[in-house]
Amino acid sequence: MRKLIVSPAPHIHSKENTKSLMRDVIIALSPSLLVSIYFFGFSAIKLVIVGAFTCVLVEYLIQKYLLHTKVTINDYSAALTGVLLALNLPPNSPWWLILIGSIVAIGIAKMTFGGLGQNVFNPALVGRVFLLISFPALMTDWSIPQSWFRDGIDAVSSATPLALVKEGLAAGQSLPDILAANDFSAKQMLFVKMGGSVGEVSALALILGFIYLLVRRVIKPYIPVAIVGTIFVMTLIFNLIDPAHFTGPAFNILTGGVLLGSIFMATDYATSPMTTKGMIIYGVGIGVITVLIRYFGSYPEGVSFAILIMNATVPLLNKYCKPARFGKEVHNG
Amino acid sequence: MKKTFKIGGVHPNDNKLTSDAIIEVFPVLDTAYISMAQHLGAPAEPIVQKGDKVRVGQVIGKPTGFISGFVHSSVSGTVTSVEPLPDLAGNPVTHVVIAVEGDEWCEEIDRTPDIKRDIPYSSEEIIEKIKNAGIVGLGGAAFPTHVKLNPPKDKKAEFLILNGSECEPYVTADDRIMKERPEEILIGAAIMMKALNVDKAFVGIEENKPQAIASMKKAAEAFPQIEIVTLKKKYPQGGEKQLIDSVTGRRVPSMGLPIDVGVVVQNVGTSLAVYEAVQKNQPLFEGVVTVTGHCVTEQRNFLLRIGTPFSKILDAVGGLPKDAAKFISGGPMMGKAVANIDASTLKGTSAFLLMTEEETRRKEEGNCIRCGKCTEACPMGLEPYLLNKLCRAGNRYDDLEKEKIFDCIECGCCLYTCPANIPLLDIIRINKAEVIKIMRNRPKK
Repeated sequence: MRKLIVSPAPHIHSKENTKSLMRDVIIALSPSLLVSIYFFGFSAIKLVIVGAFTCVLVEYLIQKYLLHTKVTINDYSAALTGVLLALNLPPNSPWWLILIGSIVAIGIAKMTFGGLGQNVFNPALVGRVFLLISFPALMTDWSIPQSWFRDGIDAVSSATPLALVKEGLAAGQSLPDILAANDFSAKQMLFVKMGGSVGEVSALALILGFIYLLVRRVIKPYIPVAIVGTIFVMTLIFNLIDPAHFTGPAFNILTGGVLLGSIFMATDYATSPMTTKGMIIYGVGIGVITVLIRYFGSYPEGVSFAILIMNATVPLLNKYCKPARFGKEVHNG
Repeated sequence: MKKTFKIGGVHPNDNKLTSDAIIEVFPVLDTAYISMAQHLGAPAEPIVQKGDKVRVGQVIGKPTGFISGFVHSSVSGTVTSVEPLPDLAGNPVTHVVIAVEGDEWCEEIDRTPDIKRDIPYSSEEIIEKIKNAGIVGLGGAAFPTHVKLNPPKDKKAEFLILNGSECEPYVTADDRIMKERPEEILIGAAIMMKALNVDKAFVGIEENKPQAIASMKKAAEAFPQIEIVTLKKKYPQGGEKQLIDSVTGRRVPSMGLPIDVGVVVQNVGTSLAVYEAVQKNQPLFEGVVTVTGHCVTEQRNFLLRIGTPFSKILDAVGGLPKDAAKFISGGPMMGKAVANIDASTLKGTSAFLLMTEEETRRKEEGNCIRCGKCTEACPMGLEPYLLNKLCRAGNRYDDLEKEKIFDCIECGCCLYTCPANIPLLDIIRINKAEVIKIMRNRPKK
């Protein structure tokens, strides 16, 4: 006798699943990845491979031997964390640096909270900030490694534009002088930047990934738009008030991981709010904190810290920013 | 301009395989098994006994409560037994089993094909006729129609909305009747408008049925008070509250009924049944059923008498497909899985859908990744992920009530969309029933 499946409705399911969503994010990262490989050659490949492999391995070992739960490494989420961490490091980082970062990202930031979806802070960013605090010299060495495809790098810069500005201002130079001395044109920053982490060589490649994520409905635009919009407005106001000391909008948006952070890190499902209202508050918060750190803090950039700080507010945002319910409430007793 | 509801919704592939299949009259079989539980509410009480002769359209069950209705024989012949038989879920329900002899109809039923346009009846007479014809809503819940047409005295209906959206994938029963019998549907609407004493009606139809829209629009030229509204293709467009939002922009309050915003909603199939009951004296004992699924060799639309076993329908469409793994009475979003293939069709049966294991098997549940897709999909603006968490925590009924679990319309959008395959609706459904029970038992202030 044939057995029938009997289960409650609905009887069909959309084709989307956790794995396909994670795969889509990795696909969205591929333009940036390709540009990095073009500019940084083996260094970029090495970081991505070591990062992804370590993250997957750490998750496997913890699930299999420590927690004795089902191993879920084939949902690509651990691999994605590794790739994101690699893209957030300086291109000349040694292999052991990302190895340590990956262990911290998965072992501490993700698995101690219960694994996928349970973590409060973005694992890749926890890994990055851990490295930034533990290895400040390595994490701010922006020298460009030898590439396979491009020999004789024309501009070998040792610091990111933001760091150069910060140092220059501290040394008493005026902002227009610094910018002129280092030839930071918006065009250059949009297509190919000099200093910066592996994943943010080209703003255009990142925006391409953003469009892909929107088209595939993996993320909604609110968080990145809120972050970038806030940074734009805030820096515009500061820049208009005192152009000698405060950098302008285009410079701030195109440098220091704003695009990489707002498109790929701040939109991480588990560590970002659920509702549109929550997403906008969260994005504005990240923008404000980033600008404050850049203008008044001791770190030149600040996106990572801003995202991690706002990560902590997500449970509250979820609690107080409810979706609009259908129909108003009536009390029928 | 296409109208739609504003909150949530999903876009499953509509798979209207039988949209062009003309309604065929299904042959009368040798035995009919007529259930006394045709709808929610109290089952009917059989008034025939073994050995009684019955004719088509004769009353065989009478209502036992307010939300209850008459049941009529769909065949003529001899009652061979009145006994509990398993329904489609396998639960025992009283059935009247009739051995068919010929096809002899009650004399008062007008079987001519002429369309009767005049409505010489008063509101009370119409409601009485609908009640006596045992008409129930054919849109899914099968709620007795006469109850809906008789709103409480303190509430006044302003509009009648006919639901022709048929947002369930695969099902084409309403699509076909709107193409083939638009005028009768609209006369049915006019009858209900008279019963409700309203002077405006809308028919909401999803955009994926352009021929039905065209045929209804043409027929509506003779009915200036009835407007055909094209709706966007989005599930659950045919949900009562969503349809009212789409068509009128009014939102039925939480825990409220459509009549609270001055609207009564009826399905187009119900409207056709109303026409036949009032103008042709034909009680409800047959309906259009779509037999469909990618694995079915011949997908067809049948005009089927109630009490036909599902297993016999299979014989008419080329037998049991080899890879069919799930039988569904209704559509894939809200239909019921059939556990007992020998169960028979009811008044509210709109489709018989066969799916393969690959199409329908649930995937393994993973961790909630907090993507928020369930919240985005919920047409009631609820947070299914949160309800799921509270349900699983156990004994959090107060919180579940605060989060309005009782507003869930069980459309299935959350479960459909969840990338981690969490059985959100299954869990919410069980706890919703519990919360509503607690709320009902609470002493009134």
